[in-house]
Amino acid sequence: MMLPLELRAASFRDIIKPLSLQIEAGPSTIILGANGAGKSVLMRLMHGLLAPSSGTIAWRRPGRHAMVFQRPVMLRRSALANVAYALRVAGEDETLAMGALKEVGLAQLADRPARVLSGGEQQRLALARAWALHPEVLFLDEPTANLDPSATREIETIIRAFDAAGTKIVMATHNLGQARRLGDEVIYLHQGRVVERAPVDQFFSRPASAEAAAFIKGELPWVS
Amino acid sequence: MGFIAKILCALLVALPVYGQQRYITVASTTSTEQSGLFRHLLPIFEKRTGIHVRVVALGTGQALDMGKRGDADVVFVHDAAAEQRLVAEGFFVERREVMYNDFIIVGPKSDPARAGGRDAVAALMTIAEKKAPFASRGDKSGTHAAELRLWKEAGIDPVQGRGAWYRETGSGMGPTLNTASGMNAYALTDRGTWLSFKNRGELGIVVEGDKRLFNQYGVMLVNPKKHAHVKRADGMAFINWLASAEGQKATAAYKIDGEQLFFPRE
Amino acid sequence: MQEFPEILLEGRLWQIVALSLQVSLSAVALATCAGLPLGAALAVGRFRGRDSLIVVLNALMGLPPVVVGLFVYMALSRAGPLGAFGLLFTPAAMVIAQTILILPIIAALSRQAVEDAWREYDEQLRSLGAHGLRAALTVLWDIRFSLLTSVLAGLGRASAEVGAVMIVGGNIEGVTRVMTTAIALETSKGDLPLALGLGLVLMTIVLVLNAAAYLVKEAAQRRYG
Repeated sequence: MMLPLELRAASFRDIIKPLSLQIEAGPSTIILGANGAGKSVLMRLMHGLLAPSSGTIAWRRPGRHAMVFQRPVMLRRSALANVAYALRVAGEDETLAMGALKEVGLAQLADRPARVLSGGEQQRLALARAWALHPEVLFLDEPTANLDPSATREIETIIRAFDAAGTKIVMATHNLGQARRLGDEVIYLHQGRVVERAPVDQFFSRPASAEAAAFIKGELPWVS
Repeated sequence: MGFIAKILCALLVALPVYGQQRYITVASTTSTEQSGLFRHLLPIFEKRTGIHVRVVALGTGQALDMGKRGDADVVFVHDAAAEQRLVAEGFFVERREVMYNDFIIVGPKSDPARAGGRDAVAALMTIAEKKAPFASRGDKSGTHAAELRLWKEAGIDPVQGRGAWYRETGSGMGPTLNTASGMNAYALTDRGTWLSFKNRGELGIVVEGDKRLFNQYGVMLVNPKKHAHVKRADGMAFINWLASAEGQKATAAYKIDGEQLFFPRE
Repeated sequence: MQEFPEILLEGRLWQIVALSLQVSLSAVALATCAGLPLGAALAVGRFRGRDSLIVVLNALMGLPPVVVGLFVYMALSRAGPLGAFGLLFTPAAMVIAQTILILPIIAALSRQAVEDAWREYDEQLRSLGAHGLRAALTVLWDIRFSLLTSVLAGLGRASAEVGAVMIVGGNIEGVTRVMTTAIALETSKGDLPLALGLGLVLMTIVLVLNAAAYLVKEAAQRRYG
């Protein structure tokens, strides 16, 4: 068990101010915030793509964690080959690739060049690629921001399946509906600081901080 | 992608490996090659002996340097003074004089400098006096050396006119003739190159037949004591053949437009 | 040689064309095998002196062919360090010289291409656990069709140059005479129409090669997206 992930006074330039945080096993965590709040940078710090300017970020134990980006980057190969590539890099059995494609409903597109797939299909492929590795933690950085509602629904279904299978979900989004549908807890980020952290229902019905309250109102102006 | 890789591999493998063939490397001059003599002679030699002759054509100075370095087996040039000196210094052995041809002075057919006739030295004197344009090879070649000897005999230092009427091209016979043709200038050239030269423009033969214009060819073997890898046996086969009755006959038989170019020595 | 267009029927011309293609394509193949990974490594690597190395590599794209020819000649000459191999005045020497000449072109252009693409791939590949040279080679393979342009640039340079092959090959008839040295020879003999004709043949062949490469690239891009 690699969780919890502990951040101790971790900062990144002046985008993320020194913050201390623990990501526990279990509940799906939503990182919420306005554009420019630092959600993407925080996600990348946790996934290890960026090194903190100060402080530490440490897992309890080494393990596997994967990330799905807002725009998936696929290699110029078939869908199947993309998943196989990820397996090969991780030192796993490449024949597991087909199984992963089946899980996300892309089995019939296995031989299609990944780059000609639609946005929603490519994002599903990105999830299949992550699924194949059976990560303990799955980071998602605004995975449906570029997708239409039906594609968004498909992606959310898959994420829920990941969650049900025991994978810890950490997802950045500014889609409040999505946060409520998929999240168990919310971490609200404002100008590089964690301003509030609460279970999802409590966050939306009784936000404790003024910034969070303003954000929710701004996004849903019909809420008073 | 694999298809392209296969094609490239096939190409590399097919690259001619000429090492299998029996051959010697002969350093000679551009004027000799361009006269077409080798294309005439070498097939006869190869048929008789099975030895393929690879000719690298350079200026006389470069050809001799190539021999000194050991990058050739045989050297075949036309600068008797330099050849004999290098034999004395031990770089070459078995020198034979195998043929001679002649130089001519070409120039504008209208002959503005009144250089025409059978006296090469007198021609150069009047060319210098009238400051008529003259294209020189200026490249340390046998032809260039011959040209300088003639200027010396005329008591003239043509370098005085450098940039004005005396133009040094620093290149082979062909390019120098191209320049002369373009400038309507006089030039010293070997007859062989002239006969095959196609870009004559207004130029024609102005002086010929002067004994001082005769050009002696020598062939010699790179000294195996200096370079152990020299193909002594096959190199000597070539030298001996050139000097032999058959070789001499073949040399004399070479004609351009019915004119004989090279005259046997022996 | 005879006049141009009769020459087109002569076996000797096509032997020269074949040798030109063999030499230049072999040089391109070797330079590509060495140059692409070198360019990729340079694009992705971070070390002291990297910027200077990139500048030097770019500058080497302009290596004068005669200078390369001279260096290779001195190395392969009997008087030189590699003389014992007897490679001077052979097609192999010409391939060596041309490979050295075009290696910087292929490496420098592929470095630029990989570096530009790297911005797109970097995060995703690192997220998947692909680092350093492995990631660079993955990107290299992924952008292979745009790398074709670098390879064609190298091919163009190789088939166009005369300085290097003249010096290390010696323009020996039937052995190391290629299109460019044949053109130089005919020009110096004053046979300008023939030289021009040979030049046209050379340019036509290079044009055909480029067209073929373009069509392959287009077809492949349609397939792989």
